[in-house]
Amino acid sequence: MELDLFLIPPAERARRKGPHDRIVMSSRVRLARNLKEAAFPGWAKKPERIRVLELLRPAIEALPEMKGAFTGTMDSLSSLDKQILVERHLISREHAAKSAGSGLVLNREETLCFMINEEDHLRMQALRPGLQLRQAWAVIDQADSALEKKLNYAFSPELGYLTACPTNLGTGIRVSAMLHLPGLVLAEQINPIIQSVNKLGLAVRGLYGEGTEALGNVFQVSNQMTLGESEGAIVERLEKVLAQIIEHEENARATLLEKKPKMVYNHIGRAYGILANAHSISSKETMNLLSLMRLGVDMGSFPGVDRSLVDELFILTQPAHLQKQHSEKLSAEERDLLRADMVRERLRPVSRPIVPPAVSPGAGLDKPTK
Amino acid sequence: MLCSICKEKEATVHLTQIAGDKMQKVDLCEDCAKTKGVNDPTGFSLADLLLGLGASQEIEQAGGGAGLKCPACGFSQADFKKAGRLGCPECYQTFAEPLEGLLKTMHKGTRHVGKVPESLRQSRDVSDRLENLQKRITKAIEEEDFEKAAILRDEIKQITARAASTAAS
Repeated sequence: MELDLFLIPPAERARRKGPHDRIVMSSRVRLARNLKEAAFPGWAKKPERIRVLELLRPAIEALPEMKGAFTGTMDSLSSLDKQILVERHLISREHAAKSAGSGLVLNREETLCFMINEEDHLRMQALRPGLQLRQAWAVIDQADSALEKKLNYAFSPELGYLTACPTNLGTGIRVSAMLHLPGLVLAEQINPIIQSVNKLGLAVRGLYGEGTEALGNVFQVSNQMTLGESEGAIVERLEKVLAQIIEHEENARATLLEKKPKMVYNHIGRAYGILANAHSISSKETMNLLSLMRLGVDMGSFPGVDRSLVDELFILTQPAHLQKQHSEKLSAEERDLLRADMVRERLRPVSRPIVPPAVSPGAGLDKPTK
Repeated sequence: MLCSICKEKEATVHLTQIAGDKMQKVDLCEDCAKTKGVNDPTGFSLADLLLGLGASQEIEQAGGGAGLKCPACGFSQADFKKAGRLGCPECYQTFAEPLEGLLKTMHKGTRHVGKVPESLRQSRDVSDRLENLQKRITKAIEEEDFEKAAILRDEIKQITARAASTAAS
């Protein structure tokens, strides 16, 4: 089946709701697993990689939760399709660069994704909207338990699951959440927050993981250590830290509104002004301005506008998604024009932002229960 | 104090990280601090830096013995030094010694805690239980409670018999 017929329309994807999704855009848990008696993908020769792929792919496809899944080899996908998968955070950039001997199995709901022969033989991940780390862990744990019955995992009682890179050794787990933190960025509190999160042994990264910048005020927080701590303990630790970050973000927003309302509404107003009127706009600028509009929606500046409109544009305005809507090959300049046209069109029914009447402090805040 | 990265210039940037109960320190000169992005904390994680630093030092040490090669996949220590990744699961055994220090700087512990595949979990449970029973027998004998020791001995017999029959089936 063609990938673009399989994928969920961005509008539908953006409407998915989850706890604390005002700040936590999504939750993810991924596990790294390898087969005994096979070299890791980075060292294996092509025939061996193909053998591993042909062993793993049917085992994954047979899982009940993968019924009707999209399944393919990386050499059968176009580079545009791969880029779309990256933009949806379904595969890593590293995996998108793979070809023969690597593969992908993705379920209908786009909540379970298996990368075959990425850095490890198997990278499986569960995704959930909002803050749902526990749920994501439960889902991927179950899939992993079903797979271990059919596969011979490389496991040592001493070192746990053996992985290509020693940084993933042990549980092979990476628990992460994608956070929208415009309040902390505008209040210039983001750096101390990142530093203290780092001190707790957690990594803070940009939108597309390792080595990427925080476009659109979106940050990824994840565990760094995988050996010597159980999966449950890691999930719990992350939950605690995330609850703190959510609270700091809400406080930063409330304080900004109280102390510097003009600064906040200036940002929101200008973001709307440019997005609704520009005739050429880069993907980076779009993301940063959409982030401010998302903040505006959260703060009541756009009554009647749902956050999903902004989230949909977050997906649709990225380069590969934009290219997919047009049959001819676009240059970067042409994309900037078409992006601006699309955003202007989509924002036509949205009225200019208002300064909402002052609300009592703390009302409507999304404070997690601790 | 010299910079821990270039080991040439005077260190003027001093960083301390506490992760769990471990404290790690890095001292950097201004240039290395800049290239590592310490001046721009947005894109900077001390843990990443430490990880990279610790890794390269440890790999350096590991490279000293050079000759080591994995019998299963032919991966050498020089390959590890270059890639930072291992060749196959067996490599963990081959390079156990040089890896030890690396794992210590990277992780919370050096022993796996967490999920164990079911097939291994059962045999592990049995051996844990046997070990526990054996300890209690020794204790019972020390306390001259022979009646209790006999009951425990029978329990061990039962468990071993059951394990043997499931293994045979």
